[in-house]
Amino acid sequence: MKKIKWLVPTIYIIFLMLPIYWLLNMSFKTTTEIINVYSLWPKDFTLENYVTIFTDSTWYMGYVNSITYTVFNTIISVSAALPAAYAFSRYKFLGDKHLFFWLLTNRMAPPAVFALPFFQFYSSVNLFDTHIAIALSHCLFNIPLAVWILEGFMSAVPKELDETAYVDGYSFGRFFFKIFIPTIAAGIGITMFFCFMFSWVELLLAKTLTATIAKPIAAIMTRTSSTSGYELGLLAAAGSLTIIPGAVVIYFVRNYIAKGFAMGRV
Amino acid sequence: MNKTFNQKAWYFVIPVFVLVAFNAAVPLMTVVNYSFQETFGSNVFAWEGTRWFKEILHSERFHASLGRQAIFTFIILLIQLPLGIFIALTMPKKGWGVPVCLILMSMPLLIPWNVVGAMWNIFALPDIGFLGNSLNSIGFDYNFTQQSGDAWFTTILMDVWHWTSLVVLLSYAGLNSIQPAYYQAAEIDGASRWDIFRYIELPKMKKVLTLAILLRFMDSFMIYTEPFVLTGGGPGNATNFLSLDLVKMALGQFDLGPAAAMSLIYFLIVLLICWIFYSLMMKDEART
Repeated sequence: MKKIKWLVPTIYIIFLMLPIYWLLNMSFKTTTEIINVYSLWPKDFTLENYVTIFTDSTWYMGYVNSITYTVFNTIISVSAALPAAYAFSRYKFLGDKHLFFWLLTNRMAPPAVFALPFFQFYSSVNLFDTHIAIALSHCLFNIPLAVWILEGFMSAVPKELDETAYVDGYSFGRFFFKIFIPTIAAGIGITMFFCFMFSWVELLLAKTLTATIAKPIAAIMTRTSSTSGYELGLLAAAGSLTIIPGAVVIYFVRNYIAKGFAMGRV
Repeated sequence: MNKTFNQKAWYFVIPVFVLVAFNAAVPLMTVVNYSFQETFGSNVFAWEGTRWFKEILHSERFHASLGRQAIFTFIILLIQLPLGIFIALTMPKKGWGVPVCLILMSMPLLIPWNVVGAMWNIFALPDIGFLGNSLNSIGFDYNFTQQSGDAWFTTILMDVWHWTSLVVLLSYAGLNSIQPAYYQAAEIDGASRWDIFRYIELPKMKKVLTLAILLRFMDSFMIYTEPFVLTGGGPGNATNFLSLDLVKMALGQFDLGPAAAMSLIYFLIVLLICWIFYSLMMKDEART
């Protein structure tokens, strides 16, 4: 039993890697080769697809745009959620339970429902086609999640920590930034990971709220495929590149995922 | 934890409240507004009362897509939860295997959803895709663009590929929080592997599993981008889930009134199920 235990994760990982490998495989082929020859590895190896992406600004700016609004959103979501989660974990106040559930309900609104009203709303406040518009609109589902996860981590920290700090003469602000935030650093790491993840992968709102200036890479992919025929090789290369920022983020938070969760009640 | 009453805590919640309300209130009111009216284009509206709601609730089309959606979500939860827990149980607890597993397993979660759809499309194509080509060469008649059974199979396989890791990560985190003392005590008591799972691991994972179930329920019930890119709802209407149908109605046919009414009904269904689940969870928490 012990010996074959590693088999399960291994098979699962192979299953996960297969479609990704196929995408990479295609990204190194020319479109003609993709359509005409079925092969498990590129016969006519080419970097042309990647060269196109890195030399054409409509392509590479897409990555810049996506990363910009994702980072904005992560910062806004986590900094707004920190005090709120603290309040929920430490105090009772009028309407707390209802407010908490109301926050969660926003995570439940199908983005497809909101696409059109969002477009009208953000146009009317003159934020259409800006990075901040997407960052703000993604708060709709990221803030509730951030509050929820952080609240879990904060509830796991005993209240005695707060009280001892006050007895020692710490002001609230100093306690919060000097003691409390370092204590739940792992929780903040996890929260940032989730915010980054959900903002990075979302397309519907990001696409609805942009035209040219702030267009995310994922939306550029859908547009290019329709105007210049179906350039599979280029599409595969662009798709492969969207995996990289996520992989970098995972690399940085891997220890938090392994250890960090342990302290939270999440 | 015993919390103290403090109304000033509201000040801490204000930024979150403002940001979410800014995003939620106006668009939601727009939808509510549309749902009671008929549009004639160029901002001309006429009051329709509850006509759209009645029509949607009695429409075969809505019942069909709601049914498909419910079956899809049910299958997804049925596969992903046990599979995710099982994989988390077999994952290494220390050593070089931990970061390798975590990094590789999280990868599908961080790929933009339309790329996931496109990736699975070229992976499953019967002629040039690895999955489609392999299945056909070992004798299956597989073509997800023409056979509805195959389309369902591919969509479910894609979602399992995409989201099982979320359950794995959360369960793994829950398992890691169990003190070794629990296992030692179980060993002394001579507990079987199943007993350990049933009486130690599962209760300890309750919090993370709640989060996993809620997230998986919401996201699979609202799935849009991946099947839109993979199958576009086809063949025919075979994989035309609720969100896909809604967008077709709102943007394709520009029937804003019925689409808005359908949105609200859709939203209320998700809300109701999550509320029941949330109340049960809270009750449980109050008891322990």
